[in-house]
Amino acid sequence: MVTYLDHAATTPMLPAAIDAMTAELGRVGNPSSLHAVGRRARRVVEESREIIANAFGARPSEVVFTGGGTEADNLAVKGLYWARRAAAPQRTRVLASAIEHHAILDAVHWLAEHEGARVDWIPVDSQGRVHPETLAEMIQGDDVALVTVMWANNEVGTVQPVAELAAVARAHDVPFHTDAVQAAGQLEVAFAAAGADALTISGHKLGGPLGVGALLLAKGLDPVPVLHGGGQEREVRSGTLDTPAIVGFAAAVQIAVGHRVTEARRLAGLRDELIAKVLAAVPDAVLNGAPDDRLPGNAHFSFPGCEGDALLMLLDARGIECSTGSACSAGVAQPSHVLLAMGADIPRARGSLRFSLGHTSTEADVDALAAAIGPAVHRARRAGLS
Amino acid sequence: MTLRVLAAMSGGVDSAVAAARAAAAGHDVTGVHMALSRNPQTYRTGARGCCTLEDARDARRAADVIGIPFYVWDMAERFDRDVVQDFVAEYAAGRTPNPCLRCNEKIKFTALLDRARALGFDAVCTGHYARLSDGVLRRAVDPGKDQSYVLAVCTREQLAHAMFPLGDTPKADVRREAAARGLRVADKPDSHDICFIADGDTRGFLTDRLGAAPGKIVDVGGDVLGAHEGAYGYTVGQRKGLRIGRPAPDGKPRYVLDISPVTGTVTVGPRAALDVDEIVGEHPVWLAAAPGASIDCQVQLRAHGEVYDCTVAATRADGDGDGDGDGGDGGGDGGGAVRIRLRTPAQGVAKGQTAVLYDGDTVLGSATIAATGRAALV
Repeated sequence: MVTYLDHAATTPMLPAAIDAMTAELGRVGNPSSLHAVGRRARRVVEESREIIANAFGARPSEVVFTGGGTEADNLAVKGLYWARRAAAPQRTRVLASAIEHHAILDAVHWLAEHEGARVDWIPVDSQGRVHPETLAEMIQGDDVALVTVMWANNEVGTVQPVAELAAVARAHDVPFHTDAVQAAGQLEVAFAAAGADALTISGHKLGGPLGVGALLLAKGLDPVPVLHGGGQEREVRSGTLDTPAIVGFAAAVQIAVGHRVTEARRLAGLRDELIAKVLAAVPDAVLNGAPDDRLPGNAHFSFPGCEGDALLMLLDARGIECSTGSACSAGVAQPSHVLLAMGADIPRARGSLRFSLGHTSTEADVDALAAAIGPAVHRARRAGLS
Repeated sequence: MTLRVLAAMSGGVDSAVAAARAAAAGHDVTGVHMALSRNPQTYRTGARGCCTLEDARDARRAADVIGIPFYVWDMAERFDRDVVQDFVAEYAAGRTPNPCLRCNEKIKFTALLDRARALGFDAVCTGHYARLSDGVLRRAVDPGKDQSYVLAVCTREQLAHAMFPLGDTPKADVRREAAARGLRVADKPDSHDICFIADGDTRGFLTDRLGAAPGKIVDVGGDVLGAHEGAYGYTVGQRKGLRIGRPAPDGKPRYVLDISPVTGTVTVGPRAALDVDEIVGEHPVWLAAAPGASIDCQVQLRAHGEVYDCTVAATRADGDGDGDGDGGDGGGDGGGAVRIRLRTPAQGVAKGQTAVLYDGDTVLGSATIAATGRAALV
């Protein structure tokens, strides 16, 4: 039996999303076509757009479909930087939190290397939180093009004070983007109420299909496109719309957001149980991230004296699937930039694992991990931090 | 008996088939690709190494086809220290190292094996061509691919946890088997170069690390014939690339006879002066029992090199006092030495290379060549 504790990487599609998507796969129609089958497809896309807009407190016209979270992040970061710089040439500074996902991190690095951006990384505290006062200090001057801070961190699960951060950016007339890929479906994510100018969501993290996402983009904001072509999606994101993926995405959003309050409560309960049982089995394990302001499905630990990779392999051999949560280069794990930004030393950063729960998680999953983690840690410690 | 086996997978055809065979034999196999370079070059073309992204991908793809778990382990630091830096230091000391052999000794059957055993594995499986059963290491059946030479530095203890499933199979059959098993690496070319010198330019690699160290090229009488930019660019027995303006008086080619790292002097002379029939080997590793007095056997002095009949005797007490020459715990280095007397002279025997002793196909042991000479002179 497999114990899947990696829902933050991707979570199984919801049956309703599979039904909606597979039904649509058998139908013809380019939503941009003017004839009947095109109109039919367009109706499906627009209804999906309305469902998603409604679920996240945005207007339908503010939903820009993309090929996933990474594309939406790239469009926001690069597109808004280019647009802002074009309008005001002195605005070449980008403020991004030090714990962003690589889709933001690397896009920002790219702007620095190729587009003359100056980057200031917004520090976080030991729990991985960005403080609005810190942003207020860093945003001084009239040279900032963009602020981007994720809604909730994908590794340690810390939830950011997004509305407060957005208010700081607004006060300085700087566009504020937030990557809400992990938050959407788990936390209350309300676009307009949060005061964000752009917000990223992804289909497969909330029970929808892979390869589809959206950038919620405030009216009047016109990022320079990354993809040029047929001018779909407000001329911001060209490319034929993927009607089956979009309808599957909308079906998943409807369920995930509709059941969010009860599901989040259930997951948080399971998660707290998981944390208690792991700490009981491995008393010197350290829970990373914020104890309270964290994603309901996230538990992230450092296991002193262990290498995360070794632990992952040992758990995998016992059918327990989790993640070190950090990025790979040629498959070689690097110490997590998130943990390093939180002040962890390299051994602690390398000796960490993320367990993430989702809609198919049960108490049996928690019990399976509780039974396996002690022996695995014991074994991994023998191999040490080589 | 089902063993927990860690299959080292380079991304090449041999290690892929070795892993597949271990799995087919019923063992519980996990594939591991060792990342040996901190900065793997993206899809490097030309040279075949063990550390490119393409190799890691090929290894993972093979593991997926075989149906075994696969991980990448970062061994870059250990590899740099124990193989690359050792390689440079050996050349700097006027010796000629064999990095593949060092990698087997220090990385595959030390760093990797130690970690594997700590994590609960029973054995490390590789795609080496050599036969191993009941602790006896023998040449592969395919003489063209035999790799027993580069494994002979491993101790009995290390080999007790090693598995070489390809030793009984010719390479051509391994390629056919790879294709039959659906492994796409079936046609991948063999690797020949030193994996960490991508362009094959060893002298350039050494110059980058050791800097220019100009010195003289002299003949056996001490007359200066020319100059060089670094003695480390020369190997005993080398004939090409000496760049001596004047021909030898007899018009015959000259060869590197000796390299003195202290003075930076490279001595050249006629081919006949390369003849060697006495070899002193240090750090002996015995897979068979160490010779009491002396034994008649065969010796191979470099990878894929010629085999010579010889007589071998231990020349010093081997340090650990139990007389088996193994350092006390199963074949280790006891700090002893051996004297190897060849029946017929060998030429171009470089210090730093390994002398591997055979009885027919069976590896008896190995030692690092520390000194060479003619019987009357040693």
